[in-house]
Amino acid sequence: MSTVGDAWTYLTTPESWVGANGIFGTNFDGSLRFQQDSIIALTIEHIYMSFAAVGIAAALALPLGLWLGHVRRGGGVTTVVSNVSRAMPTLALLTLFAASAIGFGNRAVIIAAAIFAFPPILTNTFTGMSGVDADVREAAFGQGMTRLQVALKVELPLALPLIAAGLRTSATQTVATVPLAALVAGGGLGVIINSGLATQRYGQVLAGGILVAAVCLGIDWLLGRAQRSVTPAPLRRVAVAAA
Amino acid sequence: MYRRGVDNPWLSLDYLRRSGDEVWEQFVIHTTLTLEAILIAAAIALPLAVLVRRSPRLSGPILGVTGVLYTVPSFALFALLAPFTGIGRTTVLIGLVAYALLVLVRNTVVGLQGVDPDIVDAARGLGYTRMRMLLTVELPNALPSIIAGLRIATVSTVALVTVGVVVGYGGLGQLMFRGMQSNYRAQIATSSLLCLALALALDLALVLLGWWAMPWTRGTRRRSRRARGAARTAEAAA
Repeated sequence: MSTVGDAWTYLTTPESWVGANGIFGTNFDGSLRFQQDSIIALTIEHIYMSFAAVGIAAALALPLGLWLGHVRRGGGVTTVVSNVSRAMPTLALLTLFAASAIGFGNRAVIIAAAIFAFPPILTNTFTGMSGVDADVREAAFGQGMTRLQVALKVELPLALPLIAAGLRTSATQTVATVPLAALVAGGGLGVIINSGLATQRYGQVLAGGILVAAVCLGIDWLLGRAQRSVTPAPLRRVAVAAA
Repeated sequence: MYRRGVDNPWLSLDYLRRSGDEVWEQFVIHTTLTLEAILIAAAIALPLAVLVRRSPRLSGPILGVTGVLYTVPSFALFALLAPFTGIGRTTVLIGLVAYALLVLVRNTVVGLQGVDPDIVDAARGLGYTRMRMLLTVELPNALPSIIAGLRIATVSTVALVTVGVVVGYGGLGQLMFRGMQSNYRAQIATSSLLCLALALALDLALVLLGWWAMPWTRGTRRRSRRARGAARTAEAAA
């Protein structure tokens, strides 16, 4: 019971939110620093890291998926990529990075998270593009459209629901992965949980768990809305089934 | 980080010779924890899926709750449980079961929904009771999808056990974490590879289990391709 009370106290103390030394500070090299004792700073850092990871993954996976889906090759490769990434523990990748030249900290976490964000986007883009009705494709070619036009003006719009579903899965999963950063000297909301465990303040651990869960559910909900809005009404059932 | 010239190989037999016992111990913990979590999750998921299938009114809440459990990150889930269940095995086990639930429930529901209505009709015409229908007609027909769900859940559980380090019970993750703290490359690489190998081995075991339990999917090439298609659909749905 006192743990719940401690968590409540932690969450209702203004200083937990804005930090003892403000939300932002500067590092020794003059760069922006997110103060690690402020919930607001850690949340911003968390979201920034997630966005960076999903951005990198999308920049690589979307073109690759569009191309592979358009030429309808490489289905086996995309399946293998997604299966191996499921079996690979995030912690393994983070610790392997830490002991290699990539090192510790946020940069290493962003790279690791991007690697895990990659497969869902690739698989869904590929499935969406290659699942477009062959008759539709043929009709488009018959009208004299070029390959690029067929890919971008015919297949892409039809694949959009699945691509949006892939981006959402990937983003939700990334927001859930980033807390692990705290284990390898990175930032983000995991810091609250990790420092709470280290100092045996279980109220703070509980509060951290609630915050991370709330951010994840909130982002998943927001992205769900976004996904719905880019999906034409008749296709909504399909997209939900494939998410 | 460490002195130049000091030997710190990624793979070393010397490490295994010196710490083989410890590696084996954590490997056993990792394996038993995974199997236990999957068995418990399956025992809960199966009745839940049947409930979802039987009464559409319950499907919303059940799928909703398992969905929320799935969205909450494991790291946070362990943090939420730790203050109450303490640090150690129980906390990790509860977290793993909560995680595997969604995949198993969803895949079983998809499998049950995919059963040909004509077959169910035929069984009803033969006078099958609901229970007998479930056990001898519906579940066997849903098996490809259920096995696909078990494979996904098992492989992700093997990876997830490592997050248990947060509460001091992460199986091979324990070795990865300690290896990182002491910059011991062989320890990290060995435990990571063992993790991957365990996932692969359990996945293979489930494939074989499916092959043994579903003799009708062996047969001709055409049939097995259809079964693979069904499994892939189930996987996309998960």
